[in-house]
Amino acid sequence: MSTVNSIALPFVTASMLDVERIRKDFPLLSTLVNGHPLVYLDNAATSQKPQVVIDALSDYYQEYNSNIHRGVHYLSQKATDAYEESRLRIQKFLNAERPQEIIFVRGTTEAINLVAQTLGRTSVGPGDEILVTALEHHANIVPWQMVCEEKRAVLKVVPMNDEGELDLNEFQRLLNTRTKIVAITHVSNALGTINPVNQMTQLAHRHGIPVLIDGAQAVPHMRVDVQELDCDFYAFSGHKMFGPTGIGVLYGKRKRLESMPPYQGGGDMIKSVSFEKTVYNDLPYKFEAGTPNIAGGIALGVAVDYLNGMDIHAIQSHEHDLLEYATEKCAAVPGVRIVGRAKDKASVVSFVMDHVHPHDIGTILDADGIAIRTGHHCAQPIMTRLGIPATARASFAFYNTQDEVDVLVRGLHKVNEVFGV
Amino acid sequence: MNELRALYQEVILDHNKSPRNFRRMENATSVVEGYNPLCGDHYTIYLNVVENVVKEISFQGAGCAISKASASMMSTILKGKTTEEAEQLFNQFHHLVTGTARADEDIETLGRLAAFAGVSEFPARVKCASLAWHTVHSALQGDQKVISTE
Repeated sequence: MSTVNSIALPFVTASMLDVERIRKDFPLLSTLVNGHPLVYLDNAATSQKPQVVIDALSDYYQEYNSNIHRGVHYLSQKATDAYEESRLRIQKFLNAERPQEIIFVRGTTEAINLVAQTLGRTSVGPGDEILVTALEHHANIVPWQMVCEEKRAVLKVVPMNDEGELDLNEFQRLLNTRTKIVAITHVSNALGTINPVNQMTQLAHRHGIPVLIDGAQAVPHMRVDVQELDCDFYAFSGHKMFGPTGIGVLYGKRKRLESMPPYQGGGDMIKSVSFEKTVYNDLPYKFEAGTPNIAGGIALGVAVDYLNGMDIHAIQSHEHDLLEYATEKCAAVPGVRIVGRAKDKASVVSFVMDHVHPHDIGTILDADGIAIRTGHHCAQPIMTRLGIPATARASFAFYNTQDEVDVLVRGLHKVNEVFGV
Repeated sequence: MNELRALYQEVILDHNKSPRNFRRMENATSVVEGYNPLCGDHYTIYLNVVENVVKEISFQGAGCAISKASASMMSTILKGKTTEEAEQLFNQFHHLVTGTARADEDIETLGRLAAFAGVSEFPARVKCASLAWHTVHSALQGDQKVISTE
């Protein structure tokens, strides 16, 4: 997987990423868009999938499609085994204490809604507070607003500075006896800021407040250890970490999950049902009503295997280089201003251009096969805080290259050219 | 590059840079907001309609070059038109940017608006070009709420 060229580069001790070889694992990366090789820089929206993940999906449907947790027949047993093995892989991936703490959901959004509708609705009352941050995606704002509205509670927000870094003093000041839940993003999708979630969790725990971390943008870039973080909940989506759409994970500490009421009712989440009384199933099934996304769950396990097969330090070093290079090169294009200059950042470059709206930037880059995201990135409060309607965002994965950054930069010069700037 | 040039024509870039009738209107007979939540384009359009004639039209707001130039050029075209003529132009413009104009439809009558023909090659941008027009269309129908493209 990783190679060290000890002859040509004797001083390189860290392993290097063989990006050209890795790119071959992702069939879509060799596609042409508008007659140009695809330059896919929209990884924060969704990542591309390696062939092994695509194969895992079709293998399930072609070779052992059947329902899980019920049948005594061969196929059902095989599918159940594959699905539950995937749960074990994810448990190890997050270093969770028990597999029962891994709840399969549709994605980060459903994971957060699950906690909001169970823990939120049972532990939050009138005048209580739920604390989020200025860097949240709408998915970690709206579910809490819904709880606040129903329970007449108050949503409090940790502010950030102009660079896109949270104000930790203000965070500490906002923690109080009325705070019932702290919900924070690990990595900002719009700006790339990596938040000090470890420290924030410790601070919240001093007040006995449970902490949910939105890890959607973190898991593709770093190893996450939920026991080390000591968070009560950790949510992420499969599709941003090279797995399929429609599958994600809620990690929750066993004691928390056991004390919470079920989220949805139905099959699989029960032990016994009568019209008089239903006995709910044990974890994790208590939170997994109905036939799940079986293929997705299995393929997510394969994505975890794929990531485990790579050197995370090499990934981080490569992505850090891409971030530095892209930041420098983009900022040097006349009219470009980088938005979000946090000291600790994932490989996300958000920017605006003088006199050119991000939407126009997106269209002009697309003509050259460059895929970026433009808009408010489902984080309108960040845009409002920074006084801009939208940004253009290039977000990198380990399969991106400096050559692709060069194509992006040429595209930005072309934007200026088209607009006569 | 040619398709891009067809989209970002000089006249469009000019109206984006120096939008016409870009101001509030105190004596408006209707004020309607147009909003595209996907990209954040957001305009307020002011109309002064007297006896079915658009006496004055102006707008304010922010958005991409296509949406702003479209609002600006629309404001110059609609001034003095009857509401029926405005509705007819709305339909013609819509056909133009979606590439659904009938063979017998004459885009000559659209005058400068024909500059937006290039939009039909960029389906993702049709909403940008038509936002202001949808907003005016709704205003002429008597709506006062925020008009969304979604």
